[in-house]
Amino acid sequence: MIVLRTPGGVSLRLRPRALVVGAGCALLAAALGVLALGSGDYPMSAADVLRTLTGGGSPAEEFIVTELRLPRLVTAVCVGAALALAGAVFQSLVRNPLGSPDVLGFTQGASTGALLVVVVGGSSLALGAAAVAGGLVTGVLVHALAWRHGLPGFRLILVGIGVTAILTGVNGYLLTRAPLMDAARAVLWLTGSLDGRGWVNALPLLIALAVLVPVVFLGRGPALRMIELGDDAASALGVPVERVRLLLLGAAVLLVSLAAAAAGPVSFVALTAPHLARRLTRAPGPNLLPAMAVGAALLVGADQLAQRAFSGHQLPVGVVTGVIGGGYLVWLLATERKAGRL
Amino acid sequence: MQHRLSGEAMTLAYERRTVAQDLTVAVPDRSFTVIIGPNACGKSTLLRALARLLRPAAGAVLLDGEDIHRRSARSVARTLGLLPQSSIAPDGIGVAELVARGRYPHQRLLRQWSREDERIVTESMAATGVADLADRAVDELSGGQRQRVWIAMALAQQTPLLLLDEPTTYLDIAHQIEILDLCARLHEEQGRTLVAVLHDLNHAARYATHLIAMREGRVVAAGPPAEVVTAELVEEVFRLPCRVIDDPESGTPLVVPAARRRAGAGTPWATGTSAAVAP
Repeated sequence: MIVLRTPGGVSLRLRPRALVVGAGCALLAAALGVLALGSGDYPMSAADVLRTLTGGGSPAEEFIVTELRLPRLVTAVCVGAALALAGAVFQSLVRNPLGSPDVLGFTQGASTGALLVVVVGGSSLALGAAAVAGGLVTGVLVHALAWRHGLPGFRLILVGIGVTAILTGVNGYLLTRAPLMDAARAVLWLTGSLDGRGWVNALPLLIALAVLVPVVFLGRGPALRMIELGDDAASALGVPVERVRLLLLGAAVLLVSLAAAAAGPVSFVALTAPHLARRLTRAPGPNLLPAMAVGAALLVGADQLAQRAFSGHQLPVGVVTGVIGGGYLVWLLATERKAGRL
Repeated sequence: MQHRLSGEAMTLAYERRTVAQDLTVAVPDRSFTVIIGPNACGKSTLLRALARLLRPAAGAVLLDGEDIHRRSARSVARTLGLLPQSSIAPDGIGVAELVARGRYPHQRLLRQWSREDERIVTESMAATGVADLADRAVDELSGGQRQRVWIAMALAQQTPLLLLDEPTTYLDIAHQIEILDLCARLHEEQGRTLVAVLHDLNHAARYATHLIAMREGRVVAAGPPAEVVTAELVEEVFRLPCRVIDDPESGTPLVVPAARRRAGAGTPWATGTSAAVAP
């Protein structure tokens, strides 16, 4: 722990290890991003990519990098960071490493919204908007069902699991109602994919992150750390628990819904990234910024793998995050078990 | 007598269940007040109300003459601290780090760790005897050590008033006494006002300077232990026949429950002479 103090009474506490992990993962994401911008049918070297990004490329290179490839990369970075951030907040609020939007039902809610549009028919813009609405409505529903003079984490998880089960059934039904072509498109969306994502997909999420991260998540981060001690202890320390929790839950559900609207319900990132970040930083608490960096690196890397792993055959990124995230979870359970902590 | 903290004509209720009606209590300044009473008499509920965790359905809790719910959580947290019955130590957190969280109500986004914070955390750990454990992980500690760490955190909050909800539950007798001795020292040496809920009547009688005895949501008696703890009152509050004698160690009242008398037994504690157990 490093403490910085100025004569004016300003004092900051920094954890070197968390800084290194956060910066390292951000650098890794950037390096993978440059790699992603340079690979494809028209390969470019890292130097060419950087030259083009700084405005020194030919018009053709300019078009390929900033119009074709950059939106997809920015979408990947934002979705990864948003899911990881939301996952870290949920895990911290329910005091359980399984508290992820996949378990709590918010992703399924977003899927239900999107599938409704698929069945009824509508533009991709409508699909995105419906996904956001579906996620938010589910958030309100889960909160209303779980809240009773407080919100114990286990009740949120149990209600979330129940809502998830119901929505999975609803989603299955909607899929059977969709015309065959639309159903195929819907299944691709449900897996989570970054194919053909443009600025219109990335922008809403980018704006939400730019506003919510400093205002809500960094502003309320210290209070979130106190809530981890238990509602009573946090109240005794002067945290308005209900208000802070509602604000953080709302903001995290919004991020998850926007991420689903941008790339579909990409699985396991929200579960894996915060956990991985905590293991790397070895710091107790939500580790919000390191989790964001890990999430971004994870999704950019997974998308690279999804595009290049099988030559001539692209996978949706959700398949890769599912395999990596699921594998990590199994490995984690096995090692924790050996270490006697489970 | 001065009272910075009091409850006036409070109705305390959870959802549908009313725990207490028209309850009025006052905590004398610089006292070590202990609330006693049988299970479900409302003593923990009273403490929660005094700690601003439960809003009275009617009446009010007054802190320095002002309704506690009209003040912000943070401003209350600078005057009144609480050791809750169950707190959760985050995975892998160190002792010094947990104690440091007690400084939260005094910190700001750009004033995260002043020299004063550092000094107070060090002093709090010294006062509770956990300075040697500063770098240990909380989950490695014994129950008694852990409770002292939580008390250190509450001390680091630097509040003149400190409420403790059953601080000795789940501890063995030696650790119970250790925690109570620590509380008594904090009360005497630092001049803090302490309010604790305790289960053990004899501990309460020995350590408290002011007792509040409750039954079914009412205050049956309040005052110094020597006046409150009588055989009649214990019978009334706990429905327990007993004798009250002088504690040979401290001179405070000591409650000795009446022995269960068996038919035909010569002395109350003798066994084996009654017909029921004879071969």
